[in-house]
Amino acid sequence: METSGLNIIMQAAFWGTTAVTIAGASIAVFPRNILYNVLGLALALTGIAGFYLFLGSFFIALMQLLIYVGAICIAIVFAIMLSRPLHLETPPRATPKVAMGLAASAIFFVAAVSVALKTDWRPSSARVADGSLWSVENIGHALLTRYELVFEVISLVLLVAIIGAVITAGFSRRLSS
Amino acid sequence: MNSLSTYLIISALLFSLGLLGILQRRNLIGMLIAVELLLNSANLNFMAFNRFLTPDPVVGQIIALFVMGLAAAEAAIGLSIILALYRKMHSINIERAQRLKG
Repeated sequence: METSGLNIIMQAAFWGTTAVTIAGASIAVFPRNILYNVLGLALALTGIAGFYLFLGSFFIALMQLLIYVGAICIAIVFAIMLSRPLHLETPPRATPKVAMGLAASAIFFVAAVSVALKTDWRPSSARVADGSLWSVENIGHALLTRYELVFEVISLVLLVAIIGAVITAGFSRRLSS
Repeated sequence: MNSLSTYLIISALLFSLGLLGILQRRNLIGMLIAVELLLNSANLNFMAFNRFLTPDPVVGQIIALFVMGLAAAEAAIGLSIILALYRKMHSINIERAQRLKG
């Protein structure tokens, strides 16, 4: 009785997270005001962090909140503030183009859902269903042993990206003024 | 908790919303937001497969971390390109940026 009540609460929380994520993604795509888009993106990313909690990975959920909601959304807000007349209305897009975009994404959605439903997903036979393997210690251990090269290359990519961003934004200022 | 297909359907919905955003927005920052949605739906797929199917329960989380790092780099570069384009064109509408078309 106790466990079934807990189960119902978990299901309600899961579907609430789903509703928040889908609503955030819709706000991120449909309104024409760009600030609403950014706020919707933040909402959707928070919902996805909730999904990571449901999937059992506390660490990745925290990283999602930290990197996406905390860093990328703030960077986008800064870019909006630096390029001033973004909130002005643009003329509405031609209807055939919108219809073609809708058709393309609808076709993709139907294809992906039918693949997800028709495939017989079977867990790997070598799988060990052990919750303790999801800990932060294991992630850190794998990052510094087996995936060390990728880890270093990601750091290099981030360094190059930061330097490139500074140069791109700075040089254009010097050229245009 | 829930089954694998639930997560797959949710991430397919997120991906098609992001695809729609890329196809029909003309604001460059709006397109960047849509790209972030696409990356997140792929990440959700990685985590769901990692939770339900794979033999090694760490590898999906590590891929998700790497995708997050690459998304941060992509957002930094993309936003600086958008700022440079705005200084040159005084507009952020992608249909004004046609100089390379010749």
